[in-house]
Amino acid sequence: MNKRLMRGNHVVAEAAIRAGCKCYFGYPITPQNEIGEYMAENLPKHKGRTFIQAESELAAINMALGAAITGARVMTSSSSPGISLKQEGISFMAGQEMPAVIVNMTRGGPGLGNIAPSQSDYFQATRGGGHGDYRTIVLGPNSLQELADLTFIAFDLADKYRNPVVILGDGLLGQMMEPVVFQDPIIESLPEKEWALTGAEGRPSRLSRSLILDTKEMEEHNWKLYRKYEVISKNEVRYEAVELEDAKMIMVAYGVAARIARGAIKRARREGIPIGLIRPITLWPFPMDFVRAAATNVSQFLVFEMNTGQMVEDVKLALEGRGNIHFYGRPGGAIPTPVELGWFISRHYYQSQKQGAMR
Amino acid sequence: MKKVFEFPRLLKKNYFHYCPGCGHSIMHRIVAELIEEMGIRGKTLAVAPAGCAVLAYNYWDFDTVEAAHGRGAAMATGIKRCLKDRLVISYQGDGDLAAIGTSETIHAANRGERITIIFINNANYGMTGGQMAPTTLLDMRTTTSPLGRDPRNDGYPLHISEMLAMLPAVSYIERVALSSPKGIMKAKKAVRKAFRSQMNDEGFSLIEILSPCPTNWKKTPEQSWKWIDEVMAKEYAPGVIVDRRKEMEGAEPVEKEKEDAD
Repeated sequence: MNKRLMRGNHVVAEAAIRAGCKCYFGYPITPQNEIGEYMAENLPKHKGRTFIQAESELAAINMALGAAITGARVMTSSSSPGISLKQEGISFMAGQEMPAVIVNMTRGGPGLGNIAPSQSDYFQATRGGGHGDYRTIVLGPNSLQELADLTFIAFDLADKYRNPVVILGDGLLGQMMEPVVFQDPIIESLPEKEWALTGAEGRPSRLSRSLILDTKEMEEHNWKLYRKYEVISKNEVRYEAVELEDAKMIMVAYGVAARIARGAIKRARREGIPIGLIRPITLWPFPMDFVRAAATNVSQFLVFEMNTGQMVEDVKLALEGRGNIHFYGRPGGAIPTPVELGWFISRHYYQSQKQGAMR
Repeated sequence: MKKVFEFPRLLKKNYFHYCPGCGHSIMHRIVAELIEEMGIRGKTLAVAPAGCAVLAYNYWDFDTVEAAHGRGAAMATGIKRCLKDRLVISYQGDGDLAAIGTSETIHAANRGERITIIFINNANYGMTGGQMAPTTLLDMRTTTSPLGRDPRNDGYPLHISEMLAMLPAVSYIERVALSSPKGIMKAKKAVRKAFRSQMNDEGFSLIEILSPCPTNWKKTPEQSWKWIDEVMAKEYAPGVIVDRRKEMEGAEPVEKEKEDAD
């Protein structure tokens, strides 16, 4: 297995091809254009695989839904404004229980915003995003190696639960370069899905729909989806815990923000501040139980996000009042240095100590 | 004794939910008959629209999926690119195709997607209660053009078939009128040509159906047929709009006799 130096957008595309992604449909938007470009060049090299530059994000997500219905592994990607356009289709995927992988290399918002990295789409990704009572599995990689690995996992989770999976990156993850090792071999064929619509040859006809006019049936469909989400919440939580053993303070951060947090924590530890990190990898399902359990020994929680405070709400929900939460955010594409974040850590550490608030 | 008429084997025995005199039930039957006659039930995937025909899967006994409003052509594209030897049908109304789904339709046609669109043009939004559609005729009264369609405010009737005919990747477009037994036979013939063109890998095909909507037109079924012939067909002239089947690369010779069989 070769180590390769690659750009994040190329990594997710290459990993998808290796994971057996049969179709990619996308529409250009910065900062994720290299995904479509890589797919255009490399996906058709594999027999029977298709790249289409769609006429819009609406078309792209619905092409993806069409491909998913035939049982194919399919991916689409975009950045914030484009992901907003895809939400209708994602809602249909959730309703029809169709697997697909959707990559969001988030940029600053709202509106057109800018093309700088941001974590402003956390709410949109983790709360469903479109209309209706549904959830998407949301993965938040913090390195290109993890991006490669999670892309494989995203396709598996999508198929396992027949649910759309969102890879929530940002412009930084998409544009930066790091060494990556990919899983081998490239998946060229996958077992047929017994629910797929492929033509009713020698079997009863099948249908896929999200319209259920009967209220009783629709309620049951919603509960069925809910039960599936409960199973996912129970089985698929992923997180990384760093230096929690002796920690008196815990920082919670995800994605590239967690990379900055690691740097800040290293500096703080050098200063003698016992601080650890919880890094949710699945943003939905959020590691609720783990964060709550951490509050047994620690009362001070710091939350850092590259937005004005979105994941911090999940931390609050997880803690159920068991700890004090201090938030630090940089929205709109600003990226703080570990030094800046270090000040935030030490300020709250010494304040809490002074107030006797430390557990 | 020779059997000359029977219930199509690919229609499920459910009562149509369509209004009396509606064109959808006729078109559903035609599609089901053709797939049976062509022996391709196992190779057919249909996309139902948001609109009156959303429940098409209650009637068609072949694999059917429903699309979001206007996205039929995009979904059909996704299906066809994965299953290249299948017959993929997108069944759409005029609000669905000519308003919210115009972009998907034009670009699917321009890419020459090997799909067939059955385009039901009844000059209004049927399912939502008879609102003005892009295809609504000038001066025609609908619930959202209560004084009649005014071009200054609402623009002109949109001729989708003629617009699409300009695109070189389109193999076949015909407009037919469900306003007489003869029109119904013509519709079936036209759809067969389109299906064949798709299966011969020639290009994009679309059949526009001028289809009665007695309920929203506030007419009897009989009056509706008459109105199609006397008013609607003046705006939307039935006939072959474009036929590039012979020019298309990889196209097989058109089977003349079979086509003329009925």
